[in-house]
Amino acid sequence: MNKISIRNLTLTYSDGVQPLRDISFDIPANQISVIFGPAGGGKSSLLRSLNRLNDLTDLTHQKGSILLDDQELLDPTLDVIQLRRRVGMVFARPVVLPLSIRKNLTYGLEVAGETNKDRLLEVVESSLKKAALWDEVKDRLDDPAIALSGGQQQRVCLARVLALEPEVVLLDEPTSGLDPISTGKVEESLQDLKKEYTIVLVPHSVQQAARTADQAIFLLQGEVIEVSSGDLMFTNPQEQRTQDYIQGRFG
Amino acid sequence: MKSKQITGKESGSSIREFLITALIKAAGYSAILFVGMIFFFLLLESFPALREVELSNLLSSRWYPIEDYYGVLPLVGGTLIITIGATLIALPFGIGTAIYLSEIAPRWLRDTLKPLVEVLGGLPSVVLGFLGMLILSPYLRIWLDIPTGLSAFAGAILLGGIAIPTVVTVAEDALDAVPKSYRDASLAIGATEWQTIWRVTLPAARSGVLTAVMLGIGRAIGETMTVMMVTGNAPILPTGLKNLFSPVRTMTATIAAEMGEVANSSTHYHVLFLIGIILFLISLAVNVAASAVVFRQKKSQGHILS
Repeated sequence: MNKISIRNLTLTYSDGVQPLRDISFDIPANQISVIFGPAGGGKSSLLRSLNRLNDLTDLTHQKGSILLDDQELLDPTLDVIQLRRRVGMVFARPVVLPLSIRKNLTYGLEVAGETNKDRLLEVVESSLKKAALWDEVKDRLDDPAIALSGGQQQRVCLARVLALEPEVVLLDEPTSGLDPISTGKVEESLQDLKKEYTIVLVPHSVQQAARTADQAIFLLQGEVIEVSSGDLMFTNPQEQRTQDYIQGRFG
Repeated sequence: MKSKQITGKESGSSIREFLITALIKAAGYSAILFVGMIFFFLLLESFPALREVELSNLLSSRWYPIEDYYGVLPLVGGTLIITIGATLIALPFGIGTAIYLSEIAPRWLRDTLKPLVEVLGGLPSVVLGFLGMLILSPYLRIWLDIPTGLSAFAGAILLGGIAIPTVVTVAEDALDAVPKSYRDASLAIGATEWQTIWRVTLPAARSGVLTAVMLGIGRAIGETMTVMMVTGNAPILPTGLKNLFSPVRTMTATIAAEMGEVANSSTHYHVLFLIGIILFLISLAVNVAASAVVFRQKKSQGHILS
């Protein structure tokens, strides 16, 4: 079952640059879809289209269609605030808000109007557990989140998105600044999370792509070169360019 | 040979280095020295006042130096009521403008408006006082139906106006320094633009915004010419809200108006210096309070923006 269908998507910035050209593929529900490829290929632009964060850039034109459960995301009248609660995003550099750990987690729900204290308390615990951070911070939830290590901050960001109980979680190189142990923890929690969520990951290396992908999409200079299952993509790619990139001949 | 040349060159530049360092150090210390000397002479000139005038006279509510009434309370009260009024005006307008400029206004508008606000900050206070005297106070008299428009309220409005550019400039810089990623992160989890400003951007810029407010207050407390022109200069102790609409006199205006015609080293002269000390202490207290608050916040949050 497809959660998101992207059809003929083309983005144009005000300076004429097209980060994405005529992109089409589907993102199946409850799987980890990995979008990989060399830098500047449009991976982040694509992710940011999926929860309309591109609205904040000088994007002048988007053509094509992105359907989330048959709802058109490019519709200019769409309530983007609602959309961003359904499609959460974790950035490459962990950005904890200048608040306590607890407040970081409840922020999304509070701005959505949730005031029930018990419910907030419950969400803090459950989302931290899902992000594999609960045991490390449960005794200091009121400390400033900025005091945590980089790996912990990134998991706070993940937990913060999970607290909103979104349907889709977008991750833009979530482990690029992390040590191997923290990276392992994040990847591990992703495998659990896909039971409940649809996950779209931009990995920070081909190896990570190969480790995590259920479905893999190879994006090169704004175009989709190949889409296939993770197993197939990294053992037997169909396209020459995919093979060259995976084997490290360029990129 | 070669290595010797190098060391020779080095020792030459190290003398220059030493001289420059010493010069910069001297400049730095001299600033402290000047402040110390100013304070010392203020003390020296004001100290006799405490001997010549009884404390009960100084703390009375009557300022009438010709008959040896030296009650400074009306003057302190006048300064406080006008400063508080000005702060209440400058705070919402100043921070509101800063938020608009930094978070909401399109780039080109911001690039036009900010220099304009800064020009406003450079407006000579005598010009503002003139406008206040000729335009603002007659209207205040008619609208509020008070005996004279030359009142604490007129002073507060003008001082608020004087403080606003300071508040806007400093607060806008502070808001602008908040990383864009904070805003993205907040928007990405479904906060609206206003929620992001109120709950993330503003708190992150808190210390800078507070500094802006304190600088604005400092500007208002020390302002002389404008208040002298529009407040009516009657040394009446403010006792309630009604005094906002009657004439008052500030400490600065008293010093400016009377210092020129006072006999050197007379009691009156010494008391004017004492008023100067009080003014100095009030602004010192404001500054210390501000930095204490900023320091506490920095400690509790970890250094977010530094």
